[in-house]
Amino acid sequence: MTLIDGELPPPSDTVLTVRDLKVWYGTARGAVRAVDGVSFDLRRGETLGLVGESGSGKSTLGRGVLGLLPDAAKITGEVRFRDRDLVTMRKRDLRSLRGPELGLIFQEPMTRLNPLMRISDHFFETLHTHERGLSKEQMRRRALDTLGAMGIPPTRFANYPHEFSGGMRQRIMIALALVLNPAFVVADEPTTALDVLVEAQIIQILSDIKRNFDTAILLITHNLGIIAEACQRVAVMYAGRIAEQGDARAVFSHPAHPYTRELLASTISLSTTELHYIPGAPPDLIDPPSGCRFHPRCPDAMRVCPIRRPPTVTTELNQKVDCWLHGPDELIPDGGREPLQREAIGVADEA
Amino acid sequence: MAVASRCNERRSVSQTKLEPGAAAGDAGSLLSVEDLHVHYALRGGVLSRFFGSEQGSVKAVDGVSFALRRGEVLGVVGESGSGKTTLGRAILRSVPVTAGKIHFEGRDITDLSESQVRPLRRRMQMVFQDPNAALNPAMDLLTAVGHPLRIHGENDPDRIRAAVVDSLERVGLVPTEQFLHKYPSDLSGGQKQRAVIARAIILGPDLLVADEPVSMLDMSVRAKILELMLELKRDLGLSYVYVTHDLATAKFFCDTIAIMYLGRIVEYGPAEEIYADPKHPYTQSLLKAIPEPDPTKSIPRDLPRGEIPDAARPPLGCSFHPRCAKAFEICGWESRDLRDLLERHWVVHREDEFEQERRIVGDIALLDEPRLTATVPAGTGHSGQDIVAMLDRIKTDDPHEPMWSGVRAVEDAGASARVDFREDCIDPPLYDVGKQRVACLLFRPEE
Repeated sequence: MTLIDGELPPPSDTVLTVRDLKVWYGTARGAVRAVDGVSFDLRRGETLGLVGESGSGKSTLGRGVLGLLPDAAKITGEVRFRDRDLVTMRKRDLRSLRGPELGLIFQEPMTRLNPLMRISDHFFETLHTHERGLSKEQMRRRALDTLGAMGIPPTRFANYPHEFSGGMRQRIMIALALVLNPAFVVADEPTTALDVLVEAQIIQILSDIKRNFDTAILLITHNLGIIAEACQRVAVMYAGRIAEQGDARAVFSHPAHPYTRELLASTISLSTTELHYIPGAPPDLIDPPSGCRFHPRCPDAMRVCPIRRPPTVTTELNQKVDCWLHGPDELIPDGGREPLQREAIGVADEA
Repeated sequence: MAVASRCNERRSVSQTKLEPGAAAGDAGSLLSVEDLHVHYALRGGVLSRFFGSEQGSVKAVDGVSFALRRGEVLGVVGESGSGKTTLGRAILRSVPVTAGKIHFEGRDITDLSESQVRPLRRRMQMVFQDPNAALNPAMDLLTAVGHPLRIHGENDPDRIRAAVVDSLERVGLVPTEQFLHKYPSDLSGGQKQRAVIARAIILGPDLLVADEPVSMLDMSVRAKILELMLELKRDLGLSYVYVTHDLATAKFFCDTIAIMYLGRIVEYGPAEEIYADPKHPYTQSLLKAIPEPDPTKSIPRDLPRGEIPDAARPPLGCSFHPRCAKAFEICGWESRDLRDLLERHWVVHREDEFEQERRIVGDIALLDEPRLTATVPAGTGHSGQDIVAMLDRIKTDDPHEPMWSGVRAVEDAGASARVDFREDCIDPPLYDVGKQRVACLLFRPEE
C-alpha cells in the first residue's frame, strides 16, 4: 500500500525541518538548479546520511541548510530550526547560531585550523566567543573532555596543528564542532581525504557520537559503505532532488528507487562479485531531463516518467520515494506504465 | 645506553629475491625490480644546512623487489606514505633511484640517461589519478591524445589524426569525430579518464603504470573504466602496475598483490590467496576496514590504533608493531611506544588520573628519541619510584597491552625511571608462507 505524502507534521523531537528547499546558481549559460525541491526532517541525536554522486547537489544542500552559500546563490523554501526559519533569518542572527547551535565539519581539516594557533587556543577562542563567563579552567576541562572523547591525548593540548597527523586533525575538527554541543552539525565528506584505516576510525567516532552528544548530524558522502556504518537514516540524492529516503537498513535491503538499487550494485566492495555500472551520466542541471530526472538512465523507465515529475509516496517499509513504480496509480495516465522506448545510450553521452 | 641501531638492522638477503623463477633476463618477465631504494634527503633550516649537519633521509621506497610477467596485473596497495606512488614513478624512471635495479624485458634500465630513457617511454606509460590535472585545459583531444606522437617525432598531421581516431575508438570515445575537437571542460570525469588512457596507449606501450585511475571517479562509472582497462589488457596485451589504496577494486583487477607499508612490501602473493587468507596483520586490518554497503555488517572495533608513522623516523623492528594487535616480545618495542602507551592511558583515564599522573612524569618528549633503554624523567617533587609505581598501575589496568611483552625491566633510577626493552628484536624480512611472502615475525621459521 502506498499513500501520497501530504503535509504531515514533523515528529516532536525534530531538530531540523527542511521543506521544498531550492538553490540556484547563476552562470553564463543559465541558472544551475543545484538543489531543486528537497524536504527532510532530522531528529535529535540522529545521523542522516546524504549520499549522492558528484554534481548531485549534496554539498550545496549541506551548505544551504546552514546559510553558508555564496552571495550569487539564490535560496527558497524553508529550513525550520527551533521554530525559526533559517532561510529568511537575518545574516547576523544566523551567524550567532553557528557554533553554539549549528556546526560544520569539513573535508580538509588542515585548511580549517589556524596554523599559527595552538589547539588549546582554538578551543579557548570558540568557548570564549560563545559561552562568555566560563573560567579558563572550565574551558580547559570542556575542551579536554571533548578531545578525549575523540581520542586526542590531553598531553597534546598545547600543540600546533602541524604537529598532528591528518586523522588527528580531523578528530580535532570534530571536537571543535562538538565542544559547544550544537543541536545540528553538517559533516561534509569528513573522511574523504583520509586513509583506509584512519577513515574507519573516524567513521566509528561519528557513529559513536550519539552516545555522548545529542547532536543531530547530516553526514554528506559519496560512499554508501560509510552510510551503512554510521547512519540510521539515509537520503539518496540525484540531480538536485532526493530520490529516496528512509531507514538505512530498509533502503539498503529493499531499495525502492531504481537509482538507489543501481548505485548499490555499482559500489565496488569486497563482497562484489560482478562489475556493474549505470549507463549514461548525471544530467546537466541547467537543462535537466523532464519528469523524473533519472528516466534517461533508468532501466525501469515507463512512459509516464519523462512526462510528469513523480510525487513523493511512502512505501510499506516507510521509505519516501519519488518514483512512478510506486504509483500513485490514479495519477498515471492510461498506458503510462508501458516501458519507455528510448534510443540506446551511446558512450558519447556517458560519464 | 643501548641505541636504536641495535635492532634496526634493516633488510636481510631473503627480502631482495622475490620471484626466483622470474628474475632479470627471464623471457617471461616484462619488468623486474630488485631491492629498489628511493631515498629523499631531508633538508633542515638555513643554519643546519650552513653547518652541514646530518638531517637524515626519508626512505620512500626501501628495498622493494618484484617481477611482472607479460600480460599480468600487479596491484601495489598501500595507504598514503607507503611509497606506492614513488615506486610507480621509479619504475618509469621519473624519480631518481637511490639503489637497486630495474630491468625491462631483461635490460637493465636503472642507470640509463634521460635521452636513453625517452625511447623506452614508448613502451611504458603512466595513467594518473586526477584526469582534471592530467589533461591540458587548452588542448582539444586531437592535440592532447596525439601529443606523445609529436614528442616521439611524428609530424604528419594525417598520421597523427588517424592514430588518435584509432586510440579514441579503443577507449570508447565514439563517434570519434564528436570528440576530436572537444576540450577537457566539455567532458565528464569518466570521459576525461578515457582520454587520459587513450593518450597513454597511443604509442603502443607494453606496460601501463596506473596510479589510482578510478579513485577520483563516481561510483557509478568506476566499473566502466576498470572494464575498459581489462579490455585493453586483453586486446593489446598490456601489463599493468595498478597503484591503489583500494583493496576492493584491486580484487577485480590484479593477478598479484603487493601490500606496502612505510616503503616496503610487507605481503606479496597471488591475489586469490591474499584475499582468501591474508597473513600479515596489516593486510588483515586493511581488508576489515573497508566499509561494506550493508548496514547489517559493521567494521570490527579492533582496528589498528594510531596512524602511519613518520617515514623519516620509522619504528624500530617491524614498522607496523606500534599499531599491531598481534605484536609480541621481539617486534621492536622502544621508548616511543612508551610515550604512546602513557598518552593512550591518559585519554581513557582523563578525569581521575591524568591531572595527578601528569605531574609525576617530567618532559615526556624525551621519549621521542628512539631508544631501547627509555629514561623517564620524574616531575618536580616526584621520584623515579613514583613513576615505577605508576607504570605498575597502568600495567595492572591493562595487562594485555602487547608493549609489556617487550619490556625486560622497569627500575627506579633516582630522579628518573629506567625502562629496558628487549634487545633481541628483529626487523622482519619477507618469509615464505605457502604461496605468499610475509614480512611478519609470526611467520619466522624455527631455527
